[in-house]
Amino acid sequence: MSVDTTAPAAVIEAVNISKSFGPVPVLFSVSMDVRPGEVHALIGENGAGKSTLMKILSGFHDPTSGQIRLDGKQTDLPPNGGAEKLGVVLIHQELNLAEQMTVEENVFLGRELKSNGFLDKAAMQATVRKYLDEIGLHISPTDRISDLTIAQKQMVEIVKAVSRNARILIMDEPTAVLTEEETQVFFRQVEKLKESGVGIVFVSHKLNEVKEIADRVTILRDGQWIDTRASSDLTPDMMAQMMVGRELSDLYPPMDEADVDAELVLEVQNLCAPSVNNVSFSLRKGEILGFSGLIGSGRTAVFEAICGLAPIEAGTIRLFGRDTGPMTVAEARDLGLAYLTKDRKEKGLLLDKKMRPNLTLFALPKFVRNFGLDSKAEEDALNRAIRRFDVRARDKEITVGKLSGGNQQKLLLAKIMECDPKIVIIDEPTRGIDVGTKQQIYHFIAALAAEGVSVVVISSEMPEIIGICHRVVVMREGHITGVLTGDHINENEIMRYAAGLKREELH
Amino acid sequence: MMTASDDTAAKSAKRSSIDFKTIGPAVALLILCIIGFLLNPAFISEGNLTNLLTRSAFIGIIAVGATFVITAGGIDLSVGSMAAAISGVMIIIMNNAIETMGSGVPTVLLGCGLAIVLGIGAGWVNGTLTTKGKIEAFIVTLGTMGIYRSLVTYFADGGTLSLNFDIRGTYRPVYYDTFLGLPFPVWVFIAVAICGWLLLNRTAFGRYCTAIGSNEAVARYSAINVDRVKTLTYVIQGLCVSFATIIYVPRLGSASASTGVLWELEAIAAVIIGGTVLKGGYGRVGGTILGALILTTIGNILNFTDVISNYLNGTMQGLIIIVAVFLQRSDWKLGKSK
Repeated sequence: MSVDTTAPAAVIEAVNISKSFGPVPVLFSVSMDVRPGEVHALIGENGAGKSTLMKILSGFHDPTSGQIRLDGKQTDLPPNGGAEKLGVVLIHQELNLAEQMTVEENVFLGRELKSNGFLDKAAMQATVRKYLDEIGLHISPTDRISDLTIAQKQMVEIVKAVSRNARILIMDEPTAVLTEEETQVFFRQVEKLKESGVGIVFVSHKLNEVKEIADRVTILRDGQWIDTRASSDLTPDMMAQMMVGRELSDLYPPMDEADVDAELVLEVQNLCAPSVNNVSFSLRKGEILGFSGLIGSGRTAVFEAICGLAPIEAGTIRLFGRDTGPMTVAEARDLGLAYLTKDRKEKGLLLDKKMRPNLTLFALPKFVRNFGLDSKAEEDALNRAIRRFDVRARDKEITVGKLSGGNQQKLLLAKIMECDPKIVIIDEPTRGIDVGTKQQIYHFIAALAAEGVSVVVISSEMPEIIGICHRVVVMREGHITGVLTGDHINENEIMRYAAGLKREELH
Repeated sequence: MMTASDDTAAKSAKRSSIDFKTIGPAVALLILCIIGFLLNPAFISEGNLTNLLTRSAFIGIIAVGATFVITAGGIDLSVGSMAAAISGVMIIIMNNAIETMGSGVPTVLLGCGLAIVLGIGAGWVNGTLTTKGKIEAFIVTLGTMGIYRSLVTYFADGGTLSLNFDIRGTYRPVYYDTFLGLPFPVWVFIAVAICGWLLLNRTAFGRYCTAIGSNEAVARYSAINVDRVKTLTYVIQGLCVSFATIIYVPRLGSASASTGVLWELEAIAAVIIGGTVLKGGYGRVGGTILGALILTTIGNILNFTDVISNYLNGTMQGLIIIVAVFLQRSDWKLGKSK
């Protein structure tokens, strides 16, 4: 370990923090400290406990054991954002701004300046303008939040934090939704904050960025503290290795070679739809086709249009060699095409219902006998699904909202597979689930492909795309910018296409 | 902090509150009956009970339809006005048909057939404006409520539309005659209730209604034709209003601007008292039936005694609705224990 002994004292320090939710332990005696004027990156896989640690550091969760020290003194952080008063601010990934209000109103929300009982607009605007100038953000205090870009909104959040004299700024994947250029602007502003002595905790899955911006890096894996090191001692590869803690080949199933002569099951030509621009690609029987790209690049939109969830503006779709017009979701299902949403809580499962109605909802016509539902067939299907997908529930009568994320995801997968699709599109197959379940899902996808089912995997997690896909389509701003096969499927190549640095001339 | 024992406690509390939800309305009805009997033993006379069941048939039948609309996340405020408008048109058409068809059964059948077509049509309009027009159900049905109500006033020229005396003779048995000891309206009520229960609990359509009310996006992603199912719930509601109207018209043989006033509120109240969730996703036809019976029983008891003025019927019904919903809050036991 190369911890600099001459470093300034930490502003905030988490000491031997453990946290359990009910019977489920999430963090095991994790320690981390943040010094003034440093960027401390927190990395780890999904489910490693990063969010939990961030929420404990900012008072949104109480630790089950261990302590938080602020300026060396043990402190119980006040809950629900009260820690802001102590200078500790968490910026959530889904930003917390009132969209219809102006920049100035947002920055001063809840502590407006007043004179004689009325709002002192002039003083507030002047203050906000000063902060905006300092940080180098060219917007006006009277701009409405809804008119700003995501990057600008993020900066407004930071201005809001700074205006509250934040000493520690905790940011959850601030760059996830930023373009390359926006990220660079963001980093310049982070540098300025550092100079003014603010300590920054920064969570990111983009390891190159971590290398670029962080002073120190803390790695978590499965709730355990793995290491804290100066980022100059680490390479992105080493970070990945420490995050995963094992050879990646353990996580991903062995890959069958793709059969390049297999029949085409889906051919899409010049598809145009909302946020989809002239997209063409094809899918073969038994193939696992990855769709990569930044968030908002149109990957989901392509398949929502194909599966009847969004209108198609132009283009042709050939399914098993036959032209299909625009289909409804039910027609797509009946032809063997199913889409599994990435938003399992809002679009995938009825959280207040039990497992059985959830499982059979998508394939419900299959369970109709003499105009009525065959509840015995449904029950049998549930038992089969629980075995096949290893869904673990204390009780079959539990409402689905009480299942863990991993079990919800397995149930959602079971729900889609209940109609025996020949082509299945899985959007973010492992979002927010633990490593063990991830591995099960990867093996399941590989097994499906081996049986001759064609699988499209849309994912923002690069290792997953690289680990399980035969071929990778990269999208940017509604266009396909590249199609990668074999050795070309690697993080660098994908990133260059996704960021628009490289572009294939297709056709 | 949540320990294992907390967890079980929470679970058993949840169990008992679900049980309470299911049997609650039945217990409430039983208590009301006992109170009714204690206040006046004549309450359980055959005549009174039959009367009570017949009276509850109108609201009950409409409320079965409302159970579908509400379970699928909608609301229909137009049912009372719709019943009035359908009654009015039925009476006009039957009166005018006498010349060509006489005053026998064919004319009555014509009137009934027309009522069914009108009910289905009115429901389809409500449903289509809500789904294809993407206007909130509350607004759409508030609008059609006003339209139907003013139409009946217009048809009656501000007064009362009366059914021709001869047809009244032919049509009368539909309300007043009995079959196996039960009045005809009660049989219609029972038939509608059984069909409604089967449809909601035993068919894919019922499951779709529940899914849409629970989360419309999930339903759409699960290959459910959300617009069609929602429209159908309004059509079912319209059909139920037709049935209620068909058995209502022979009772008085007339329709006016005051026909069916506040039926929509009584129907919604019956649904909610029965345990269906107002925001959708959970519906109980059996509960709705009990809810309708509870509402009618309150009125009946007030008629029977002098303890509370009959004019306070609305107050009693209002109190029962509020208390019922309060008891159904799924967290009321947990809330107390904390």
